[in-house]
Amino acid sequence: MALLEVKNLNVYYGVIQALKGISFEVNEGEIVALIGSNGSGKSSTMKAIMGLVHPKSGEVIYNGEKITHTPTCEIVKKGMTQVLEGRHIFQELTVHENLMLGAYARRDAEEKKNDIKKMFELFPRLEERKNQIAGTLSGGEQQMLAICRALMSKPKLLLLDEPSMGLSPILVKEVFDIIKEIHNRGTTILLVEQNASKALAICDKAYVLETGSITLSGTGSELRNNDKVKKAYLGGE
Amino acid sequence: MIDIINTFINGLSLGGIYAMIALGYTMVYGIAKMLNFAHGDIIMVGGYTLFVAIGLFGNPILAIVVAIILCGVLGVLMEKLAYKPLRGASPLAVLITAIGVSYLLQSLSQIIFGAGTKYVNMPNWGSITLGSLRIQVYTLVTLIASVVIMVALSVFIKYSKTGRAMIAVSEDRAASELMGINVNTIITITFLIGAMLAAVASTFYLLKAPSISPTFGSMPGIKAFTAAVIGGIGSIPGAMIGGILLGVIEVFTNSIPAIAPYTDAIEFTILIIILLVRPTGLLGKKRREKV
Ligand SMILES: Nc1ncnc2c1ncn2[C@@H]1O[C@H](COP(=O)(O)OP(=O)(O)O)[C@@H](O)[C@H]1O
Ligand SMILES: [Mg+2]
Repeated sequence: MALLEVKNLNVYYGVIQALKGISFEVNEGEIVALIGSNGSGKSSTMKAIMGLVHPKSGEVIYNGEKITHTPTCEIVKKGMTQVLEGRHIFQELTVHENLMLGAYARRDAEEKKNDIKKMFELFPRLEERKNQIAGTLSGGEQQMLAICRALMSKPKLLLLDEPSMGLSPILVKEVFDIIKEIHNRGTTILLVEQNASKALAICDKAYVLETGSITLSGTGSELRNNDKVKKAYLGGE
Repeated sequence: MIDIINTFINGLSLGGIYAMIALGYTMVYGIAKMLNFAHGDIIMVGGYTLFVAIGLFGNPILAIVVAIILCGVLGVLMEKLAYKPLRGASPLAVLITAIGVSYLLQSLSQIIFGAGTKYVNMPNWGSITLGSLRIQVYTLVTLIASVVIMVALSVFIKYSKTGRAMIAVSEDRAASELMGINVNTIITITFLIGAMLAAVASTFYLLKAPSISPTFGSMPGIKAFTAAVIGGIGSIPGAMIGGILLGVIEVFTNSIPAIAPYTDAIEFTILIIILLVRPTGLLGKKRREKV
């Protein structure tokens, strides 16, 4: 059984149809990538899964349970969360307060403290800045904070929407290393990226989105060697 | 000199009342992203509740507790019945609904209690003398109570889990949902707190001038809304500072006979000047556009 199953999802914004019957699966332990150009519907897919936008039709099944109409905050409690495109950290709160909010739905005070320690081991730079107002962090640090904050809810499945966006090449590498590390520690990942070559290099399987439809799918290496993908998303090597 | 100190204390006390009402406007604006134009009418409902409850129980403290509870329930019902169905609707639709709720409450009170003024039998605590300073006890009570309430509210927002969630929701609703925060619950709590503060403000108003009519809440509502905008709508410390500032200005202009008749005009002029210099109010910040 797949951990996440998306069936025939249709999403509209007013009269604009952003998703045209999308179906795919994420199995436990996988890294699955969604690639596609700007406006192809990647973020809409993630938001529809998390209940942040409401699909007109179709189903989202998580862990065998239909969650299409479950409120977002309840979905988070079931073990799935998302890092939004553009980070969306709480600018006016400190790094530590942001992390604590990530664990908002949890009731285990002691474990939370431990988990914050683990986050700081993973990202020592955040520990140095733990009492700093998050809005004053650099772009890379904000992205790390957004990822850590999401991890604080202890997700089984983590959705990452363009985590490398707007970062320098060194930081992009760092972000991808971290994604691998999180995956190694046992979290299943659904990754949206415009940086297709990096995403295809780390994923188990990938789907290509074009104007709201999935046009191609396969393993990371299959897609990396696909002529169409090479031309459209890998700079035509 | 004594006169000035006295006027200042009166101003602070009135400012405390404005601040408490302004907090309701600003918290609802910050968290639910809407202007609750019926907020002033909660003050009015609080006033009539005191009127009835003092008549029934004779005990003003019990009556105040009843008013606070009833107003809290009213705030929650208002949000659930009138505003929640409009979540995601255009701001104009929400604004018109809020005006509708305001008229509804005023009309209901007029049907029940009539359009005339009613006298509320509030306790009279007299005055005390400190040296050559003579202060009404209700002025001191208002001042102290509003300071205590504001400090308590600030501590609650800064340090409690729910308070943090309120800040989170005011900053970013989608990200808050993704933290597992139930945004609807946070909005409900916000309306509850705002309405309860309005009931407290109503009590202080009636201690000062114990008469009430269906439009009782309108002027304090508008004044406190002005205070919230001066302080920066959405900002909690802003509402406190704006409220106190407006109260002090009002009492001082009222104490100078030559300009006293123009008090309201002066207050709204100050609002306009502050908004011209700082369009976001004293402590309001311009939201950074997110990528
Ligand atoms: N809130 C919105 N209102 C209207 N249209 C939207 C909204 N969000 C996205 N869209 C449209 O939906 C389509 C898909 O957008 P999106 O899912 O953000 O794509 P991607 O993440 O792949 O760039 C685009 O045409 C975009 O303009
Ligand atoms: Mg996107």
